[in-house]
Amino acid sequence: MSATSARPSHAAQPSGSAFILKKALISAAVALVLFSLMIGIRTEAGPQGGLIYWTRFGDLAALVGTVFGGSIIIELLRQWWGPVDKEHIVPKPVQAAMSFAGRWLAPALLVFAFLVPVIFYNQRYILDLSILVLTYVMLGWGLNVVVGLAGLLDLGYVAFYAVGAYSYALLATNFGLSFWVCLPLAGILAAFWGVLLGFPVLRLRGDYLAIVTLAFGEIIRLVIINWQSLTGGPNGVSGIPRPTLFGIPLDNSDDGLAAKLGIDFSPTHRIVFLFYLILAMALLTNWVTIRLRRLPIGRAWEALREDEVACRALGINVTTTKLTAFATGAMFGGFAGAFFATRQGFISPESFTFQESALVLAIVVLGGMGSQLGVALAALTMIGGFELFRGFDQYRMLVFGIAMVLLMIWRPRGLIGHRAPTVFLERNQAISSDLVKEGHG
Amino acid sequence: MDYFAQQLINGLVLGSIYGLIAIGYTMVYGIVGMINFAHGDIFMIGGFIAMISFLVLVSLGLTAIPLILLIVLLVSMVITALYGWTIERIAYRPLRHSFRLAPMLSAIGMSFVLTNFSQVSQGARVKPVPPIITGGYTLHEGSEGFAVQLSNIQIVVVLATIVLLALFTWLVSRTRLGRDMRACEQDQTMAALLGVDVDRTISMTFVIGAALAAVAGMMYLLYYGLVDFFMGFVAGIKAFTAAVLGGIGSLPGAMLGGLAIGLIETFWSAYFSVEYKDVAAFSILIVVLIFMPTGLLGRPEVEKV
Amino acid sequence: MSGDPILTVDRLMMRFGGIVAVNELSFTAERRKITALIGPNGAGKTTVFNCITGFYRPSGGAIRLTNDDGRTMQLERLGDFRITKQAKVARTFQNIRLFPGMTALENLMVAQHNALMRASGLTLLGLIGAPSWRAAEERAIELARTWLDRVGLLSRADDAAGNLAYGDQRRLEIARAMCTEPVLLCLDEPAAGLNARESGGLNELLLSIRNEQGTSILLIEHDMSVVMEISDHVVVMDYGVKIAEGSPQAVRDDPKVIAAYLGADEEEAIAVMESGT
Repeated sequence: MSATSARPSHAAQPSGSAFILKKALISAAVALVLFSLMIGIRTEAGPQGGLIYWTRFGDLAALVGTVFGGSIIIELLRQWWGPVDKEHIVPKPVQAAMSFAGRWLAPALLVFAFLVPVIFYNQRYILDLSILVLTYVMLGWGLNVVVGLAGLLDLGYVAFYAVGAYSYALLATNFGLSFWVCLPLAGILAAFWGVLLGFPVLRLRGDYLAIVTLAFGEIIRLVIINWQSLTGGPNGVSGIPRPTLFGIPLDNSDDGLAAKLGIDFSPTHRIVFLFYLILAMALLTNWVTIRLRRLPIGRAWEALREDEVACRALGINVTTTKLTAFATGAMFGGFAGAFFATRQGFISPESFTFQESALVLAIVVLGGMGSQLGVALAALTMIGGFELFRGFDQYRMLVFGIAMVLLMIWRPRGLIGHRAPTVFLERNQAISSDLVKEGHG
Repeated sequence: MDYFAQQLINGLVLGSIYGLIAIGYTMVYGIVGMINFAHGDIFMIGGFIAMISFLVLVSLGLTAIPLILLIVLLVSMVITALYGWTIERIAYRPLRHSFRLAPMLSAIGMSFVLTNFSQVSQGARVKPVPPIITGGYTLHEGSEGFAVQLSNIQIVVVLATIVLLALFTWLVSRTRLGRDMRACEQDQTMAALLGVDVDRTISMTFVIGAALAAVAGMMYLLYYGLVDFFMGFVAGIKAFTAAVLGGIGSLPGAMLGGLAIGLIETFWSAYFSVEYKDVAAFSILIVVLIFMPTGLLGRPEVEKV
Repeated sequence: MSGDPILTVDRLMMRFGGIVAVNELSFTAERRKITALIGPNGAGKTTVFNCITGFYRPSGGAIRLTNDDGRTMQLERLGDFRITKQAKVARTFQNIRLFPGMTALENLMVAQHNALMRASGLTLLGLIGAPSWRAAEERAIELARTWLDRVGLLSRADDAAGNLAYGDQRRLEIARAMCTEPVLLCLDEPAAGLNARESGGLNELLLSIRNEQGTSILLIEHDMSVVMEISDHVVVMDYGVKIAEGSPQAVRDDPKVIAAYLGADEEEAIAVMESGT
């Protein structure tokens, strides 16, 4: 029995070498036209201010050739793999192994996270990277409340991150308030802005809400850039105090932690402290979110994502429910922002662009909307993958964009595509993502 | 008064460019219901292709400005349209019946790809071109030495917009393709059952949207005399704002929204502060949506229970 | 019919642009009775429902709900969710609107949102896991379990609502509405799409809701066997106006009703005429 006869739907598709060749030729021709001017000719502002150009037909030919070859390989792979929409039957042992891994993945990751500073104590780069990943895990978890649970599309999440960061930076530099006083304030201020924005706009549905949140994100960024007397404009705020261990600074002064403990001072102490700080903050976010999901408010968020009209018919105040989701997400964003400010010691509007919002949203969607573990994995993949291209700075965003497109095509429902029920009588069984709605707001 | 008239002219010209980009957003939204985040970057690519083809034509020794402009227009429209087609084919078509957020994320990814493709292939520096269309008219000599100017390039931008808009309205309302597009907008399954090639129609929507964005890109190049790889982002957001302001899915709405955003921005810069012009545009968007949740010309959404 | 009305619809008007969907409609629904609202397609029945449950704001007229304790509320002045929350009116939908990605049990828990929100001290008590909250949650699960049992879905409690069979979904939606502990239950075509056996089960369920919970029921129905078997009172609408009302028997023999159905749809008319025999 040949492979084609086993897949009748596949047999209907042309699959001869002539077809592959034709497809590759068309792709190459399209590539030739697309890249003809953009790659074939390089322009640059000349020494006199006018434009000069030179040709790069070699690069063009190489690129078109790559597209031609790549198209053949993709087509061959596709024929070998079979139709994309077909469900591939995973063998039972593999399934069992996957579910075993699934059950132990989260605890294993958690244990690993606690051990990172121990294992990589001398590798500053890894510690810094881990802090970065955890910051995005926290942001992802925060936005997950809004997008994943309540189904409200927020394209301006970075605004709350910025509010949190600037709240801490300005309160600390102007009034000398400590990190531990400012942290809750940053969260409250961000939540306040969330309510302020949310109140008028949350009755908008779907993409209207998306564009309004995007606009809000841009407004906050532009105000930060232009309100120079308060925010320092494009120059940002510098000299933001580092966090203390409940009042004990982590420096090499006489009241520093190292001196008090009688050990030698090392700058790594602060990094390790920052690591555990963001880990604790992220885990708190996670704990609160998991807890909220099992409370009426969290269930109402998810119900809202499933069917807003049915919610109204059950006596749920849709506006307040949306507002609480928005404010909760914003609050977590604000906390993360305060951490970002204290970690960097310097913030500027450049850190709060739309790309940041898009990145966090990508983490949430790639994680599988609503899945806490998925979001953590996605943050690790995205930020970690992003770092792999550190050496190729120029191509970093290009590769990032391509990866985003490919990941979406590969797993439109995200890495973890099922939903765990919040309450059960007998069996705690996951719900397939095909049933879970994504919300309209 | 003269100052006001001058700002009115400037605002209308800027608004025309926004309107041309906004049409692409609104068409795609109408037919596939997604925000094509890469559309702003399509506009940027259009500007780049216009710049490169202009440079090549001039260096080949062509001197007749109208001929150059015509060739540049055609070349940038064709190549940019192919960009639109390819992007739909690669990044959106596999996700058409998927999860709502997947195509949006794919589009955001595509926008990053285009921005950085252009940065990598053409460099990060701003590309200036010498003024191509010069001269103009003085409409009114003011008493305080302020004259209302209408430059030729402004006339070209507005004329091109009007001609394209007329052509486009004809296309949508009178041709077979336009009918297919409206059918797909209403109900894709039914349209397919009635023999409309839905895939082809959607592809054509992207092609037309990209071609109009290319015109906008070229007009931008002529009007401001420069292109850079990052210009797609801001212009894209503003054009999308324009589309939403006008009522997304509505073609006259997109044009009206574009003009509104252009005027708001220009007048705000002229009378209040240049720094806060974008803040003004976005704030007005939010205010309009609060009071008219479906935009200026959008159809109110009837909630079926 | 006189006595103890729970719902009084008084000259209700609903216009959409120039179209008058409901025109000066008046009727009452008695307490602890099943009132059926019938009429040919497009008669405006669902529009009346949407006005009662607050999804539409009526263009004119009044809708009064008299609670068991005698308090009267003007439903047309309450916004949608307040009608369920304060006036205790619950509804189901013609095209089932469950939360498909949530389990049957979760659906019933969401229905108890307002009571649970109070019990969780607006989330704060719940967040710290206060004992009072835990007890309230237990009671809520118990109530949900009771209703799952009554609609015969106890064994499917942990399955996603979207995975249930059509008839099961209909019954789950009724159970969900009942979990809001309503005084008036509005059902929009509860028997649509059910087979004869399921439809018989539905009759029993509705009668038991009326008899055991004492909940008044207002239903829109096309299935005449359901209407004739369980209704205490029938209101017939056509083109937005009331053309007849009375006991099922009286309505069935009313020539105006037969004419309305004959004019609209032969099959339905036959169904009306044959339903008694």
